[in-house]
Amino acid sequence: MKRELLNECRLSFAPLSVNEAFARSTAAAFAAQCDPTVKEISEIRTAVSEAVTNAIVHGYRGCTGLVELHMRQYSGGLLSISVKDRGTGIADIGQAMTPLFTTAPDEERSGLGFSVMESFMDRVTVKSAPGKGTTVTLEKRLSGRIPESSGQGD
Amino acid sequence: MINMTGDGSRMTAEISGDIDHHAARELRRELDDMITRCQPEMLVIDMGKVGFMDSSGIGLILGRLRAVRAYGGDIVIKNASREIEAVIRISGLSGLIAEGEKNETGVT
Repeated sequence: MKRELLNECRLSFAPLSVNEAFARSTAAAFAAQCDPTVKEISEIRTAVSEAVTNAIVHGYRGCTGLVELHMRQYSGGLLSISVKDRGTGIADIGQAMTPLFTTAPDEERSGLGFSVMESFMDRVTVKSAPGKGTTVTLEKRLSGRIPESSGQGD
Repeated sequence: MINMTGDGSRMTAEISGDIDHHAARELRRELDDMITRCQPEMLVIDMGKVGFMDSSGIGLILGRLRAVRAYGGDIVIKNASREIEAVIRISGLSGLIAEGEKNETGVT
């Protein structure tokens, strides 16, 4: 099925931890236009928070630039949010996505960021190259107001 | 922000606001101050006033759990919302959630 782009928003911000709340709230506000359930909104907010925190903590460790959030709404209730940094990059993506793996244990990073993203979104794709930066794309198909018999919670 | 109450051996830390990477550093400091001072046998973390938590909260809980268990104490998590519980479940720390409070829904 061909997907049609219905709405789009781009946002760039400094890699400051204070912007984590701003970024996830903005993503939740964009997603709210797609008629999500309360549970879906919460999952999107959390997944975006993880990706943005990674960009700030790991992507721009020792260098700086902007974190770029690109949010797209497609037909069929598909929401796509990519979080991009132009920082350090990841040499071994598979290792970075392994549950509990972290390069910052002394800062109490749990190593569960990607696990949370994968658990809360339908699809998580990572594009990265050392020295070039990382783009994490989060995709989720929202149930919207399509009548469902069960499992919709709210 | 944390509101600490208790008699020293059983302490309740009621956290308010969001628990993310930004907030975790200050929360960690406040909790560690209290743990060093009181060495509570039981530390109850009350999440009733927490609106949001991501995996930074897991790092925060795990770090405190190590500190408290090192001297034989333990941690219980109370009043976690369904959303927060979903994050805790991913970490495998569901065992810390107070009995009778677990939301059994949403498990896939």
